[in-house]
Amino acid sequence: MLIELQGIVKDYRLGLEIVHALNGIDIRIDQNEYVAIMGPSGSGKSTLMNLIGCLDTPTEGTYFLNGSNVSHMDDDQLAEIRNREIGFVFQNFNLLPRASALHNVELPLIYNGTPASQRRDLAEEALIKVGLKDRMGHRPNELSGGQRQRVAVARALVNKPSIILADEPTGNLDTRTGDEIMDLFEDLHDGGNTIILVTHEEYIAEHSDRIIRLRDGRVERDESN
Amino acid sequence: MQFRESVFIALDVIRNHKMRSFLTLLGVIIGVMSIIGMQSLIEGFQKNIRHQMEQLGASVFQVQKFPVQFGQQDREKYRNRKDLTWDHARVIEQYCTAVAQVGPEAWQWGIMAKYRDRRTGPANHLAGGVPAFFPNNGYFIEAGRALSDTDIQHNRQVAVIGQDILEKLFPYENPIGEHIIVDGRRYQVIGTLEKSGSAFGESQDNRIVIPLSTFLKFYGQNRSLNITVLAASPELMDTAIEQVIGVLRAVRKVPPGEPNDFEIFSSESLIETFDNMTRAVRIGAIVIVSFALLVAGIGIMNIMLVSIRERKREIGIRMAIGARRRDILFQFLVEAVFLSEIGGILGILAGVGIGQLVALVSPVPASIPVFTIVLGFVFCSLVGLVFGVYPAAKASGLDPIESLRYE
Repeated sequence: MLIELQGIVKDYRLGLEIVHALNGIDIRIDQNEYVAIMGPSGSGKSTLMNLIGCLDTPTEGTYFLNGSNVSHMDDDQLAEIRNREIGFVFQNFNLLPRASALHNVELPLIYNGTPASQRRDLAEEALIKVGLKDRMGHRPNELSGGQRQRVAVARALVNKPSIILADEPTGNLDTRTGDEIMDLFEDLHDGGNTIILVTHEEYIAEHSDRIIRLRDGRVERDESN
Repeated sequence: MQFRESVFIALDVIRNHKMRSFLTLLGVIIGVMSIIGMQSLIEGFQKNIRHQMEQLGASVFQVQKFPVQFGQQDREKYRNRKDLTWDHARVIEQYCTAVAQVGPEAWQWGIMAKYRDRRTGPANHLAGGVPAFFPNNGYFIEAGRALSDTDIQHNRQVAVIGQDILEKLFPYENPIGEHIIVDGRRYQVIGTLEKSGSAFGESQDNRIVIPLSTFLKFYGQNRSLNITVLAASPELMDTAIEQVIGVLRAVRKVPPGEPNDFEIFSSESLIETFDNMTRAVRIGAIVIVSFALLVAGIGIMNIMLVSIRERKREIGIRMAIGARRRDILFQFLVEAVFLSEIGGILGILAGVGIGQLVALVSPVPASIPVFTIVLGFVFCSLVGLVFGVYPAAKASGLDPIESLRYE
């Protein structure tokens, strides 16, 4: 089992009020699954994504990722887990604006101490995989939206993480470019990667094999597609 | 960890905000520049003075009524001292066994000399001396002869002239045997002095030396003489000084327990005096520059805080990708130190440049103060480090989720 969430509760303090963002979530995800997490805004899907992505820890419950319990890790341990196990793809790409595509992709390798010589090779390999062989030296503002998202995917891939976690990856792209990105995810899934997609678009979720629907901080439905 | 990455980021940030970085660094640049510039001039001066003193010789010292340096309120105290006279010089010569030569001398500052229709400027000096004047002051005869005892005994109107005077009055002729006029009196030139260069930015070659007896006859007996003393050997220097002090106290009837009513200088004590004078200036400058750098450090802290707010997203991205808190801390610390060091390097270059420039356009010499340069650089790095800690800690404490969402 790659991901095992047991009785996850997440509360936020909002002034004097306590907001229950997640109210007891149990989810298990296997290696090489392609899962979409859906739900209206306020359903808790962003909170769930932050927890799965190890950007945050739950108030209650346990989270096993690839065999280790990450629910009580400190900031630095979480950073290392994120670096090793998770590849993020964001709606707004989140690339460093002044760094080349190659340097953006190298970034995760820099933080795990990969030697410079290997870094370059690995980053180039990842960029070739997403079809950006000729764009390695370009900065994000010299690339189209689709190309930027491909750089982000390459960055997510470069460390060979357990999960690729994509948060509305087509939200800032036109339909055609969005479809290209979804095709890319399809390829990655076929190549053995585990993909978790957070979206509120039905037609995007259609690409996945399994859809988990959230409502009011609970799993409403969890069915294969 | 990724030191190169941090330096790369720092350089990139500076490159992208040239004006802002420059303005922030101005404080560091000016602070470091002023201390390096001042230090190069002081050190240049010191070297120059040492050189002059060494020329004078390690076994010469001087007795004077007034100290080299004293405040206005002390003037009264020193003025009431008895004058030093030719008789004092004779007593020293007679009773001090460790002394080789004694040269009483008197000076008239700011005289003009004439020869036919040529004249010197008004900034030359006339000395009344005895034969010992020349060895005791480190002057050497180039042509002709020095003063003799006979010149002194007969109040002869003869003169030995320095190179500046020679060039002005006798550009073509042989001066020996010619007559020059100083303050309306005729003197026959009997010799010339070798060139001895400049000290304290003033020429040492603008001198005319006449017999002390002649000098006192024309310019008045009623004055205190300087007495230069040459010890029999450098080893006997201290003994000679002690003997001179003892003899002078006895002759001038200074009661036991009272301080000397005269001053003794050797090249060593003069160097010391100069060092003391400049030490106050140096310490003052260091204090002022420290404050300037403190203010500059606050500027750096400010710009780092601004920079961190602008780059909140970047910090969020780096954290999401696996940067630990200490990685972010390190990155911003390196950036602050690097920024400050760039300012330091620019300041050092400017300071050395100013020193050299002043040396070029004025007679003041300059040297390159290596120790101060190293110190300045280290101090800049420290300023960057100290004032970088707070912004860097703030950056490393950011919440990754919130930072990722920051627009």
